[in-house]
Amino acid sequence: MDEISTLLALGDTGWGDEIAAGVGVTLSLALATLPLGLLIGFFIALAKQSEEPTLRLAGNIYTTVFRGLPELLTLFLVYFGAQIGIRELMLAMGSETSIEINSFFAGMVALGLVFSSFSSEVFLSAFRAIPRGQYEGGQAIGLTRFQTMRLIILPQLIRIALPGLSNLWMILLKDTALVSVIGLSDIIRQTGIAARVTKEAFLFFGVACLLYLVLAILSSVAIGAINRWAAKGDTAR
Amino acid sequence: MSTSPTAVVNERIQPALPPPLVARRWSGTRTVGWIALAAMLGLLGGLSLYLILSWDLELITKYGPKYWQGLQITLGLVATSIVFGAAMSLPVAMARLSPNRAVGALAYGYVYLFRGTPLLAQVFLVYYGAGEFRPELQSVGLWGFFRDPWNCAVFAFALNTAAYQAEILRGAIQSVAKGQWEAAEALGLTRLQAFRKIILPQALIVALRPYGNEIILMLKGSAIVAIITVLDLMGETRRAYSRSFDFQTYLWAAVIYLLMVETIRNIWERLEKHLTRHLRRDG
Amino acid sequence: MRFLKHLTLTAAALATAASLSSAQADGMKLKIGTEGAYPPFNNMTADGKLEGFDIDIANALCAEMKAECTFVTQDWDGIIPALQAGKYDAIIASMSITDERKKKVDFTNKYYNTPPAVAVPKDSRLTGVSPADLAGAAIGAQGSTTHANFAEARYTDSTVRGYPTADEYKLDIASGRLDAVMDDVTVLQEWLASEDGACCKLLGTVIPDPAIHGEGAGIAIRKGETELAAKFNAAIKAIRANGVYKSINDKYFTFDAYGG
Repeated sequence: MDEISTLLALGDTGWGDEIAAGVGVTLSLALATLPLGLLIGFFIALAKQSEEPTLRLAGNIYTTVFRGLPELLTLFLVYFGAQIGIRELMLAMGSETSIEINSFFAGMVALGLVFSSFSSEVFLSAFRAIPRGQYEGGQAIGLTRFQTMRLIILPQLIRIALPGLSNLWMILLKDTALVSVIGLSDIIRQTGIAARVTKEAFLFFGVACLLYLVLAILSSVAIGAINRWAAKGDTAR
Repeated sequence: MSTSPTAVVNERIQPALPPPLVARRWSGTRTVGWIALAAMLGLLGGLSLYLILSWDLELITKYGPKYWQGLQITLGLVATSIVFGAAMSLPVAMARLSPNRAVGALAYGYVYLFRGTPLLAQVFLVYYGAGEFRPELQSVGLWGFFRDPWNCAVFAFALNTAAYQAEILRGAIQSVAKGQWEAAEALGLTRLQAFRKIILPQALIVALRPYGNEIILMLKGSAIVAIITVLDLMGETRRAYSRSFDFQTYLWAAVIYLLMVETIRNIWERLEKHLTRHLRRDG
Repeated sequence: MRFLKHLTLTAAALATAASLSSAQADGMKLKIGTEGAYPPFNNMTADGKLEGFDIDIANALCAEMKAECTFVTQDWDGIIPALQAGKYDAIIASMSITDERKKKVDFTNKYYNTPPAVAVPKDSRLTGVSPADLAGAAIGAQGSTTHANFAEARYTDSTVRGYPTADEYKLDIASGRLDAVMDDVTVLQEWLASEDGACCKLLGTVIPDPAIHGEGAGIAIRKGETELAAKFNAAIKAIRANGVYKSINDKYFTFDAYGG
């Protein structure tokens, strides 16, 4: 037991501080991806339930592609492809400067694309669960379409979509592990380095699994609180 | 419209027409639609055009056979894991449904552990963990199995998918109405008979869609085995890219994965339609 | 149209999130890409600084060219794409000059050339390094290197495994999952001399194949930047002549790494 506590200690002798930094990176990547994925997903859902066939088609192509590709492949496509693409674009515009895509940013975009294609489905089925009368009611009391969306539809939508979105958050948390492959110092990469240096692979990858479990449990607690808050409106009825 | 007093009264009690079904056009929706579609098709078309323009027979003949080998490894890995996982999921699902609290808790712990941690971490834990415990594994004669990276991948994948499949199965069994059990009992069937002949067929129909999703998830998730040196489709792709530095190697992989996922999805949709034809009310 | 505005706002926010960097190669400022996981050529010290033969040579070359150099680390897998994308201007990371790579990047002349070698566990019964000797064995190498390419091309009766970095194959040969590993002789010697390398021994060096191993390690730069290549070549010649190369060489090796 002593040996293990030395290995996991903070400071120069142990790997505790390096791994803690990894937890920070994992968490901030997931938190940075969440709003991006929600926002894009919401607009894709709007497009998919639009009366405009071109919008629906565009939305469906988007989801088919990003739900069908392995997450790791999407990550490589963004990491290597976007960099080459931006470089070509800049050169075509006659500029020598280039925008550098680091692994955090690439991970955020790739995971955001994946998350949004799944969250758009959750939003879409939530949209369908809201009766048409709600839109008509909004129209009848003279609200504009945007006001109807913001004041009447959105509050109901969030409540209906919450369980589905919580599920996606748990998946996102785990998917961040893939970004270690393109060099981001997250939980997996940090524990991996520790495992290689100390030859204690089982211990350190076990610690990695435990940390993800802790993050999942903490998420469940937070989601439970949000759920109770969102369900407040229900009890009044 | 009449202006006589009676007519006015008539008009008042007439119910108002419902709002028009076609809602007011959002100004510019159509423009946005075309722009979005153009962007989407432009991107896909551009990438396809890139693939066609950079058509390189040398590259295709050099790496094509490798991709084919990698594809076979991927499919073999996924199929093996799914089958072993399915076999393991049955007892886990039973344990989850068991009235015995301890057994239920144990199964719940297993499911939570494998669903709550990344597959990548599980694969590393098995692969490098087994390497660390070589003497112990050798003494029980298991090192021969764990020495091979492909076996390690199947081992980790099967454990992982068993957890997911157990939950699918449990949910499906619980979705079958309690009355079905009671009716079976009333007919004098044993519990095993009732489960096999009454409950399971109904549960499997409910489970069909999530099973399809699980196969697709496994197929996509299997791309990580390249990191433990198994040369699956993704592994061959990375190798081809690192040698040719040609981005189209990744685009071809994307095309192949998309085709596979869409094929599975379509087959599954047809299967579901076929198996649930007795439940449809029309047609 | 309101949500279009939202979209453009988000896009703008995202664009600024990506760090802007200028990649001008005006001869005064240079960014050098390296891996940082390949001792004794380039690796990280415990406090996160780069060290090694490649790094010392790079600094000497920059001093010779009167250029101000900064280092950027990049995983081996993406080291050429990142050069093409302008993340840095030159790769000094023990990259072998091969025909396959020459299609994508330009190289300077070589700055060292050492032969490949094979290491095996201490209790190994393997006696030779030829393909016949290693038939049936599992051979590990770092993926996308000349060593992995060579092993795959020649050792067709063995199982060749490619690892993301050298660290992973070291872990797998220590556990007995691999029967042999193949890498640069100096890299293997450095590892075997360390505590980590206690598991294994050097079996012997392999005669390199110029068609696969190339003519040695060179500095990779983007295609068409002949001016930069000429500057590097002149600088390599100069440090070879003025003794700077020899003093760096002697810090790491007991022989002349420049090769014949």
